[in-house]
Amino acid sequence: MSSPIATTMAPKTAAGDVSLTGVSKTFGEMTAVQNLDLDVPQGEFLSMLGPSGSGKTTVLRMIAGFEEATSGSIRIGGEDLTRMPPHQRPVNTVFQDYALFPHLTIAENVAYGLRVRGQSKTDREAAVASAIAQVKLGHVASRLPHQLSGGQRQRIALARALILRPRVLLLDEPLGALDKQLREEMQIELKSIQRDVGITFIFVTHDQEEALTLSDRVAVFNNGRIEQIGTAREVYEYPQTEFVARFLGLSNIIPSDTVERLTGEARVVSVRPERVRLLTGTDTASDSDIVLAGTVAEIVYTGPTTRVLVDTADGIRLITETQNSHHPAADVQARRGDSVRVAWTDDHAATLP
Amino acid sequence: MKRRAHLAGLLALPMFWLIGIYIFSLVMLLVTAFWTTDPFTSKVKPGFTLRNFEQLVANPAYLSTAVRTLVIALAVTVLCMLISVPLGIFMAKIAKPWLRALLAVAITLPLWAGYLVKILAMRVTFTDAGFFNWALAPFGITGPSFSITTVVLTLTYLWLPYMAVPVYTAIRQLPANLFDASADLGAGAWRTIRTIVLPLIKPAIIAGSIFTFSLSLGDYIAAKFVGGSTQMIGSIIASNINLNPPIAAAFAVVPIAFVVIYLLSVQRTGALERM
Repeated sequence: MSSPIATTMAPKTAAGDVSLTGVSKTFGEMTAVQNLDLDVPQGEFLSMLGPSGSGKTTVLRMIAGFEEATSGSIRIGGEDLTRMPPHQRPVNTVFQDYALFPHLTIAENVAYGLRVRGQSKTDREAAVASAIAQVKLGHVASRLPHQLSGGQRQRIALARALILRPRVLLLDEPLGALDKQLREEMQIELKSIQRDVGITFIFVTHDQEEALTLSDRVAVFNNGRIEQIGTAREVYEYPQTEFVARFLGLSNIIPSDTVERLTGEARVVSVRPERVRLLTGTDTASDSDIVLAGTVAEIVYTGPTTRVLVDTADGIRLITETQNSHHPAADVQARRGDSVRVAWTDDHAATLP
Repeated sequence: MKRRAHLAGLLALPMFWLIGIYIFSLVMLLVTAFWTTDPFTSKVKPGFTLRNFEQLVANPAYLSTAVRTLVIALAVTVLCMLISVPLGIFMAKIAKPWLRALLAVAITLPLWAGYLVKILAMRVTFTDAGFFNWALAPFGITGPSFSITTVVLTLTYLWLPYMAVPVYTAIRQLPANLFDASADLGAGAWRTIRTIVLPLIKPAIIAGSIFTFSLSLGDYIAAKFVGGSTQMIGSIIASNINLNPPIAAAFAVVPIAFVVIYLLSVQRTGALERM
């Protein structure tokens, strides 16, 4: 499945373009990646999102060269590197658990790649100092990795990869081990670093919020294939499959017989909870709305919103999500067991195959 | 009080072993090294003399034997390292599980057979009419026969498991992503081994080397059966054990001194702290 962006891309290839064509990977009997096509233009921040075992990490490892594709080709900047060993590829990786060398100091870790390239000691020291300063960790340069916190190690792993000025930076769930607050801080930092260096970032995550927040485009993986690829808005608002609708955020999947009764067309649709309005008492829906009656099964206060679960007469449980305001009087007034109606505009519903 | 009684119960046997048998016998050996022997009756007489130690240095045959033993022990240790590191990398990171299991058996197999059995196996292999000479004869080459080389090979054969097992275990425990990270940063296989693997498995190599080094220093059966005229410290101790126990005791101190010097020099590198 190729994306609309890729097909409208200028034909000239840039150094940081990544292109996978018909890539498959099998481990014994198990197929990890099936006939995958993926084009990532220079400078894009692409997230590969999916549950564990969906093949996203295998794709990343094939781009890095740690795994060899069983078939298909991988190009970067037009150059075929399907069979090239990892140490010759113009890409660098930030690993899930950082993979810092435990016996080397932070400065030595960051200098490792430059040292391999045979850069002189004076050039190296200057570059390392500025790379460590860029991630605001100048004061830990002479420590060993185990003396650093998770967040600090993460930033050093980033500095160690970026110092080599790769054409593509690969990130394998780099924020997975951090706590929520630190993770959000690092997301903002990652995004700003990516803007500064302007190189292609390919980011693997199973956290949908992270993928939506960070990326120019999101590729949703399932069973070794890309289910859908597009901007955050596209994949969230217009999921093309039930899997995507369910994996990204909460979703109400309305079966086709119900939709047929309401609209006359037999199709399955997905509606986001925040697009479903809860109507109580004398609230009225507009003529174009689709309305279903039901009973309040559960009310959940989440802070910014209130979720109301409604059981309809068709036997579907719908979730509605309403913004809370500062004044309780303006919030959801329903109680459990109340008879209510729910309504949404058909434009807000995505049709699923 | 009850706690103390429990602790005493726990430690009684090991402490008796360590202090009563192990340390005591070593101390007795050391003391004997300062005693003298009646040259006519070979009877040991308590006393205090440094003559036994003086002889070690003064007698050129003794001195060269000590040096030869040291060289043999170092050669065995280096040879065990040279075999264990590539083998450990292959087993831990490359070999398929069945091959890894097969190699693990192959490495530890010599431990199953008796010590003398293994030495006799080497004797049969390297004897004048043995396999090596037979196999190499068409090329006009003769094997090492019974010589210092064969002693080194035999001791390497005997002690290899003590190096190979800890080295393999250490490599196995290295996180796979360190290898990936090194390659990702541009390092080829050799550089990764040199700059990442070797420094990280140094404690295991040192642990193994303490075995290969000290076991080689103390051996004399290999020299006796496959060494031809090769003499080791153990050979001299064995031949003096009845005739002149004090000189045997003095000579027994030499390998201990070598091991102590070795441990001290290793400790200076800081490698023992992480063991």
